[in-house]
Amino acid sequence: MTLPAQSEQLPTQTTQTSAQLSYRHAFMLVLKRDLTIAMRHKDDIINPLLFFVIVITLFPLGIGPEAKTLSRIAPGIIWVAALLATLLSLDRLFKSDHLDGSLEQMLLSPHPIFILVLAKIFAHWLITGLPLILIAPLLAVLLHLDKNSYTALLLTLLLGTPVLSLLGAIGVALTVGIKKGGVLLSLLILPLYIPVLIFATSAIDTAALGLPYSGQLAIIAALFFGSLTLAPFAVGAALKVSTN
Amino acid sequence: MWKFLHPYANPETTYHFTNKLLPWLIALAALFLSIGLVWALLFAPADYQQGDSFRIFYVHVPAASLSMGIYVSMAIAALSSLVWQLKLADASAAAMAPVGAAFTAIALITGAAWGKPMWGTWWIWDARLTSELILLFLYLGVIALHNAFEDKNLAGKAAGILTLVGVINIPIIKYSVDWWNTLHQGSTVSKIGKPSMSLDMLWPFIFSFLGFSFLVGVIICLRFRNEILARNSIRPWVRELVEKSVVK
Repeated sequence: MTLPAQSEQLPTQTTQTSAQLSYRHAFMLVLKRDLTIAMRHKDDIINPLLFFVIVITLFPLGIGPEAKTLSRIAPGIIWVAALLATLLSLDRLFKSDHLDGSLEQMLLSPHPIFILVLAKIFAHWLITGLPLILIAPLLAVLLHLDKNSYTALLLTLLLGTPVLSLLGAIGVALTVGIKKGGVLLSLLILPLYIPVLIFATSAIDTAALGLPYSGQLAIIAALFFGSLTLAPFAVGAALKVSTN
Repeated sequence: MWKFLHPYANPETTYHFTNKLLPWLIALAALFLSIGLVWALLFAPADYQQGDSFRIFYVHVPAASLSMGIYVSMAIAALSSLVWQLKLADASAAAMAPVGAAFTAIALITGAAWGKPMWGTWWIWDARLTSELILLFLYLGVIALHNAFEDKNLAGKAAGILTLVGVINIPIIKYSVDWWNTLHQGSTVSKIGKPSMSLDMLWPFIFSFLGFSFLVGVIICLRFRNEILARNSIRPWVRELVEKSVVK
């Protein structure tokens, strides 16, 4: 019964192949587009980074310059600042696309929304998460982070910041249609960031004591893969609601 | 098997069903709450260690467990709204969220009031307290998201997605907080647990727990009716209801 219908569809499909993209191609296209846009608005890359640096320099000023105290609280400060910097940068993930209508076109396109959303989130991580990781060791020096902890800091940031982008994307997708979404976004997202914060800082603390921290890393990796597979679905559903 | 539920997809039928349900819920809540609370506060024996201050237990524990129970039922409503596109499920989730937030707040406040005489401090960063606080934040997030949308249908869907994301996260948050607590400080005073209770303390607890559960039922039922009316205000049957009540 279904066979003739399929054979009827086949020729139309072959004529459309030039217009149709493979998943990988679609992913790369969206990624390239987002990176190009980001490169043309360099402020968007630099400002969250500056925020990260300034917040971290505020803490020694507020708490006092003793190296002992600073090295004790350094993991927490760096991670909280990273959470806030990510939160600050999330807004542009879908906002401009929503305003100029390209988001709706993406939802209408024949490609699975999962792929497109994943590409956008990956671009967001490349623009905000990666610079954060690169600059973090420098700030760790300022905060007298324990020598043993540098690898742990970098590894937790490497596994943890993608989780921040993925979970944050859910919040942005839910609030993209709302005019004053900024404050609301932090209310929605920050509670969800708590597990990453807890395990990342405890990994760094454990590393400072010279103990193995692979357990914490494994849990952050589990959070990463869990959110990698589930979050894009939630983002897709949320975008459909937001664009109505 | 689920066919008996089908008529309740119609708002009017459900509205009249809540009409019938409400008196029963009110009666049961009044009965159980009055028996349970009077028994618990006046007649149950005082704890040999904590004295009379343990009696706040009879409000604190029902509020805490109901705060979690309401979130789970909210998530079930959100799921059925997303999967089967039931608009009434949205309305029920919207009705439940503030009640859940209120009970979470009650659990936190009574917990603080209990903690002051027992632990000597209003607040400690105990795993249970922390995860209850985070639950309150999740509730407030859902409510804030719901209020941010003009269109109530969209608001329900968006809040539903957030509720489901939250319900996946609650166990993760719970375990991470447990873990964090054991890492950062040894259990100093948090070893309160649930004392194995004697029966004359347990019975008033069961009564007051049922009483609070029925009270939640009453409040949610009232809010649910209001939601139905607000969302269907253009429908003729709502207008008829209004006209009838005005003529009276």
